[in-house]
Amino acid sequence: MSTVSEPINLSLPGGVDTGLTPKQLADKYGLTVSGRRPGLLAYTKQLWGRRHFIVAFATARLVAQYTTAKMGQVWQVVTPLLNCAVFYLVFGLILSGNSVPKYIPWLCVGVFIFQFIQSAIQSGTGAISYNLGLIRALHFPRACMPIAFTVIQLQQLLISMVVLVVIVLSNGLMPGLTWFQVIPAMFLLSLFNTGLALMMARIGAKTSDISQLMPFVLRTWMYLSGVMYSIADRVHKWPHWVQQVATANPASVYMELFRHAMIPSIYSKKHYGSSAEKLPPHVWEMALGWALVAFVIGYVFFWKAEEEYGRG
Amino acid sequence: MAETTMITDREERDARAISAAKETRTPTVVVDDVHIVYKVHGASAGKGSATSALSRLISRKRSPAITEVHAVRGVSFTAYKGEAVGLIGSNGSGKSTLLSAIAGLLPTEKGGIYTNGQPSLLGVNAALMDDLTGERNVVLGCLAMGMSPAQVKERYQNIVDFSGINEKGEFINLPMRTYSSGMAARLRFSIAAAKTHDVLLIDEALSTGDQAFQRRSEARIRELRKEAGTVFLVSHNNNAIRDTCERTIWIETGELIMDGPTDEVVGMYERGERP
Repeated sequence: MSTVSEPINLSLPGGVDTGLTPKQLADKYGLTVSGRRPGLLAYTKQLWGRRHFIVAFATARLVAQYTTAKMGQVWQVVTPLLNCAVFYLVFGLILSGNSVPKYIPWLCVGVFIFQFIQSAIQSGTGAISYNLGLIRALHFPRACMPIAFTVIQLQQLLISMVVLVVIVLSNGLMPGLTWFQVIPAMFLLSLFNTGLALMMARIGAKTSDISQLMPFVLRTWMYLSGVMYSIADRVHKWPHWVQQVATANPASVYMELFRHAMIPSIYSKKHYGSSAEKLPPHVWEMALGWALVAFVIGYVFFWKAEEEYGRG
Repeated sequence: MAETTMITDREERDARAISAAKETRTPTVVVDDVHIVYKVHGASAGKGSATSALSRLISRKRSPAITEVHAVRGVSFTAYKGEAVGLIGSNGSGKSTLLSAIAGLLPTEKGGIYTNGQPSLLGVNAALMDDLTGERNVVLGCLAMGMSPAQVKERYQNIVDFSGINEKGEFINLPMRTYSSGMAARLRFSIAAAKTHDVLLIDEALSTGDQAFQRRSEARIRELRKEAGTVFLVSHNNNAIRDTCERTIWIETGELIMDGPTDEVVGMYERGERP
């Protein structure tokens, strides 16, 4: 071993780089700090490059979700139906006294829409912490995870919408042109939910306690949003600021849009006279506003901690 | 006879590495006086009980259960294009911590780690998606690494063949949770190795594979190096290090003990000597 006598350092740079410090060497060859977060634009580009991954991941997860249940994917249809049945039992039969005409389809829209918001938030909260293995093993923009989970919930909502069409038709309501309004409404709602999921994903990744607290927050929100009773019936008894908050509540706004699209007859004075609800003014503007605000804030908020997911 | 030719091969290889060190080389990983400190939550007893959590809330004390572990203490080295670097040291010496930090999964307390592109870490317990089939894992893994669906289709069969998962039946169609740890590790390595990496960090990920797979993966590592990447290998199998790496870094209690040609460093390590 002739090498022992002359100590050779394989680590030090040779040739023209002899004598450079590690930092100078890194700078000269354009090496970057490992795990540094890319800029917002570069990040978005990376994310767009992973769009096939997001869709494939969501589809695989949706299929795997029910593999342990014997009835398999039948549950995707049965679960929303059972949800509606429970609410109808309690609020339609036991606590009856709703002025809403066509209560069953009206209730189902509310339940399905709130379910979409609720499950997007819940799965978003666990999006990072339940997929740590994948996040540590492979490199991809982490926003793929909460977005993919929102896509899963969107697929679930689409199945629910098919169920809803059956319910609406079986209640003697005819399909109409307003049904097409569901498409932009669903787009805005998905944008809103993605924003919430991104926000919750970052919070949930840092504070796992939040998943214990979320069910209570969500239940309160649901009861305040008029899923099973009409806010318009009661709103005039409340103080002014509560009225404003109640009408700006994003969950109510999106439910209103879907109800108006699917069951327009309950909003028409011709059929129901003074008991008809009006579609409150500026609902579409508010829906657009909430979608943009939630998505932009959620996206930037999530990206700000990109390098920290999977650490520790 | 075979044994002696192997050794001369290695001596030649190490000598080449030493002469190459005098030339200008392109660095891919620069580790500059790095310190890594872990904060471990829940290390002290009693955190789990409700009464102790409540009394902590009432007395407004910060959680006492945070213990700091100084895992890496001032390590510096530079790795260059086309190098395969072995990392050795006893259990708990900080090898895996250092790899995690190079991969960007752990923050450094002091010092800096600079890399060319994004290093990929292959750990022994890096699970993919356990409840999905091997096939789904291959497709999703490739898509996550940024391949297009067409590229995935093209490479899919190669990945499955390389992993050897289907040698004993159609295991690729079963959920990954039904795989043995060796099979899962093989599939994970096959997925990760399907892409060209600038820097590939392998943490004991190959040790669970069988002989035939280890030969295949050593060949693949050589290929990756030719494609101008740098490979880091953590292993307790010194022969695997000898066969794959021309340079070895020896770490003990978070400090760099030795950095040099593999035969020299591993020899010292095995004899229990210190430089």
